[in-house]
Amino acid sequence: MVSSLQIRVGLGLPEPHRSSSVDLIKQVPPPPRALSSAKHPLLRESMPRHVAVIMDGNRRWARMRGLPVGSGYEAGLGALRRMVELSSNLGIRVLTVFAFSSDNWFRPKVEVDVLMALFDRGLREELQNLVSADVRISVIGDSSKLFNSLQALLANAIETTKKNSKLHLIIAVNYSGRSDVVQACQKLAVKVKDGVIEPGAIDEVAFERELGTNCTDFPHPDLLIRTSGELRVSNFLLWQLAHTELYFTESLWPDFGEDEFLQALSSFQERQRRFGC
Amino acid sequence: MERNTNSSNIIVRLFGSWVSYMRKCLFQVLSVGPVPSHLAFILDGNRRYARKWGLGEGMGHRAGFLSLMTLMKYCYELGVKYITVYAFSIDNFKRKPDEVQGVMDLMLEKIEGLVKEESIVNQYGVRVEFVGNLKLLSEPVRNAAEKAMRITAHNNRAILLIAVAYTSTDEIAHAAHQSCLDRKEGVIRLSDVERHMYMGVAPDPEILVRTSGETRLSNFLLWQTSSSLLSSPKALWPEMGLRHLVWLVLNFQRVQPYLDTTKKKLL
Repeated sequence: MVSSLQIRVGLGLPEPHRSSSVDLIKQVPPPPRALSSAKHPLLRESMPRHVAVIMDGNRRWARMRGLPVGSGYEAGLGALRRMVELSSNLGIRVLTVFAFSSDNWFRPKVEVDVLMALFDRGLREELQNLVSADVRISVIGDSSKLFNSLQALLANAIETTKKNSKLHLIIAVNYSGRSDVVQACQKLAVKVKDGVIEPGAIDEVAFERELGTNCTDFPHPDLLIRTSGELRVSNFLLWQLAHTELYFTESLWPDFGEDEFLQALSSFQERQRRFGC
Repeated sequence: MERNTNSSNIIVRLFGSWVSYMRKCLFQVLSVGPVPSHLAFILDGNRRYARKWGLGEGMGHRAGFLSLMTLMKYCYELGVKYITVYAFSIDNFKRKPDEVQGVMDLMLEKIEGLVKEESIVNQYGVRVEFVGNLKLLSEPVRNAAEKAMRITAHNNRAILLIAVAYTSTDEIAHAAHQSCLDRKEGVIRLSDVERHMYMGVAPDPEILVRTSGETRLSNFLLWQTSSSLLSSPKALWPEMGLRHLVWLVLNFQRVQPYLDTTKKKLL
């Protein structure tokens, strides 16, 4: 069995750096292993172009350690930073993360407020790093429901990074796959009403152009990772997941590190994608 | 010699009845917990099954059909009301022409068999619906499908939805097209989209099962399975049987309380 260290050396990745948030973390048993294990070295040429992630398990992680929910989200942000850096180093072109679902508004208000404050702070602190790392930021979802200050911050981040090209980080905030489909239908209906297109011209290609993911040339994730053991898509990227390889792991999101990510990629590279043929 | 044959037949029949009785008892125990009302299946692994057992071309699909009939019987006995199966994707038209023709011939044969008096469809009062872009099918298959839908339209104990010439993206684009035609004023709601889906005749499935260990949706029910439990047993489709169904239902019952709580919050 090839170790993740060998995988890192083989791909020419820099040495891993350790998080400095250790003080917050009590001694707990090591996280459970991912469901699939790495059997072969990773091939750079078979790297997925677009990876999507449902970052689930932050609250459970905090509860297991007797910490407040905010610490779980904080640790989750750390995991996201690691993921962005690793994706960029591995040559992944697009990384879409499910930061906040439109279904999440039904969580306790205190939790939602903590999460929104963390978005705000995280984005402010990281924007300069992302600019230097040549990361482009886009946002999908209905950001009109967010606080004005957060909306302005997101708009600024999008504008500031729009020329970056190494990694495209798409953040799904107040996003729902079904709402994305309905708003695309809505846009098409307006175009038909205004005579811009004929109803008969509405096909899959025309439809795809109206979805939120039209900000990228590669809107279809090759790999979707969901942490925390839940076996469902939970209203994330419906249309776009038509041929995506799904990878589910029991690890909670804050524990999802380099090892787990490399195992997910290894599992992806072993799969035979037939696209119906 | 004849007496021996008769007594063997009796023994076989008795054994069959006993197995059937035990299965019904098992289902009664399972029914103490919640039972999914709609199961969706991606019937993957027929060709691999044929290669594994050295069967001829197309025999894997026949084996898969037998498996489908058996699993349908178990599901309806358990109390599952809707079963949806991904019989043929629009993407599958890209396969070798011989293979596509073989599947179409098999489908025609089996659709005609489905509506016969002694078939499982009549035994269990099943209404058959074909969902997909049926215009893409050849005329004989399309006619047979439409006839089957007509003949079984009065059945209402259970519903079998067969997705042929189907992809979810085609379904959604079609729903968008129809919604735009309906709503000339240019305002589209969620209900408009849902109403025009081919799958609008059934509620969303609680579980989507894809056999043969592959973990992807392959453009099947992308809209309808946004909250469904996903299951990918390693068994090839023709190998699916009672124990897989029981395991599926037990897993579903384990996560159902969480799903119910989430649904209540959203309503």
